[in-house]
Amino acid sequence: MNIESQTDAFHHVQTAHCENGVTTALLRYHGLEFMSEPLAFGMGSGLFYIQIPFLTVNNGPAISFRTMPGAIFKRTCKSLGVEVTRKKFSNPAVAEAFLDQKVKQGVPVGCQVGVFHLSYFPKEYRFHFNAHNLIVFGERDGRYLISDPVMEDVTSLSKEELSRVRFAQGPLAPKGHIYFPEKIKPISQEMIRKGIVSGIRRNVRDMLSIPGNFAGVNGIRHTSNHVRKWRDKLGLRKASLYLGQIVRMQEEIGTGGGGFRFLYGAFLEEAAGYLQDERVSNISEDFTKAGDMWRASAIKMAGVYKGRLTEQKDFEEIADMMLEIRLVEKEAFQKLSSLKLGK
Amino acid sequence: MKKEDLPQDPGALDKFTREVCYVKNQDGKYETALSKGWDVKKQALDSAWEEVNERVEDARRAVASGEKSPVYYFMELRLMDMPVLSGYTGFFPFFIKRHFKPSVFKGLSERKLEKYARAFDITVSELKNFKG
Repeated sequence: MNIESQTDAFHHVQTAHCENGVTTALLRYHGLEFMSEPLAFGMGSGLFYIQIPFLTVNNGPAISFRTMPGAIFKRTCKSLGVEVTRKKFSNPAVAEAFLDQKVKQGVPVGCQVGVFHLSYFPKEYRFHFNAHNLIVFGERDGRYLISDPVMEDVTSLSKEELSRVRFAQGPLAPKGHIYFPEKIKPISQEMIRKGIVSGIRRNVRDMLSIPGNFAGVNGIRHTSNHVRKWRDKLGLRKASLYLGQIVRMQEEIGTGGGGFRFLYGAFLEEAAGYLQDERVSNISEDFTKAGDMWRASAIKMAGVYKGRLTEQKDFEEIADMMLEIRLVEKEAFQKLSSLKLGK
Repeated sequence: MKKEDLPQDPGALDKFTREVCYVKNQDGKYETALSKGWDVKKQALDSAWEEVNERVEDARRAVASGEKSPVYYFMELRLMDMPVLSGYTGFFPFFIKRHFKPSVFKGLSERKLEKYARAFDITVSELKNFKG
């Protein structure tokens, strides 16, 4: 990866999560120097929890610790009054022509891709996951210059390779999805503060009062109830694979650790500076605690899939840990709610 | 998580990249730090792959014994499930399920075989002649 590329204006940003990274790097390129990953994540109300009913992913439960793909970029840009262009294509040739035109104009663009055919990823990570994001910021010797936010350095892809991952198939198929900020007006401190407040309030709403029992803080209880039954219902082997899947969703590359909870803690700390409000940074501690608890539960779950813990009481303990996490997160969001920010 | 507690257990990412994590520094403020990996999640990934390899081996045996067609084996080998294979080939799941039967598979047209071969990244003859 020795491309000392990085065009004059575009600078690669390594982040924990790909969509935060694309949002941060593209907005910085357009002059919003203050943008950081925690800020993008918080303004985009990125923190979430959901166990999607009836759906399995890689033969395990479909659990996510963050909001739906695309939402962070969309919300963060919107709250800063940044106009964005997004396009999907049915024809790969048209998609490539559009991208080439943008590259020729020297505009870095975000692309949604699938990771299964992403050649620079290690084989161990190449499952059929279609909501990865990267930035194309130029072309050299017939290869696209790629800034993948989860990587330390920039890389490149041939035209065929990029076209293939842009047209990966299956759930959340990217369909050549391409997006970039279009028009950016000057941004005042007041706008940033407003964006932060609306991001927090939307996140409070999503976690506390979303309908149904499988999303938000109640989603954690939903999964906890499932965990109690898995050993009897699925057998020890499958149950332990399911726990492994939770840990992967929570801790794998892209989460910043602790299922995005540390990232949210970092956001609140940064937000407290903008809002000049000590109370917000105190609540940041609660999310640090939640993140630490998620990691403790992961260690316990690892005991099961390593075959060290096999009893029903171990599953019960894991389920109880999740209930405690739910309480911590619920209280933290209730505290955020009671601050009555922006009123 | 405190900065000094950030695990540095080399795993699958080792020669690829280190990952950004958010940790607390000595002043109790958040900052980013790079981690090589964590054994807890490495083992989760390993056990997911053990499961994949077992499914592939089961599929191979099913083809060898004449229960399933090569389409089934290559679907498992490429980590696909019904919706994904359906997306790459354009066939509806109902038909794909039929194509799992060796008797139906034998009669598939060259065009349909080509679609499968392209989805699996193999040649038509590799697909046709796979015996398990």
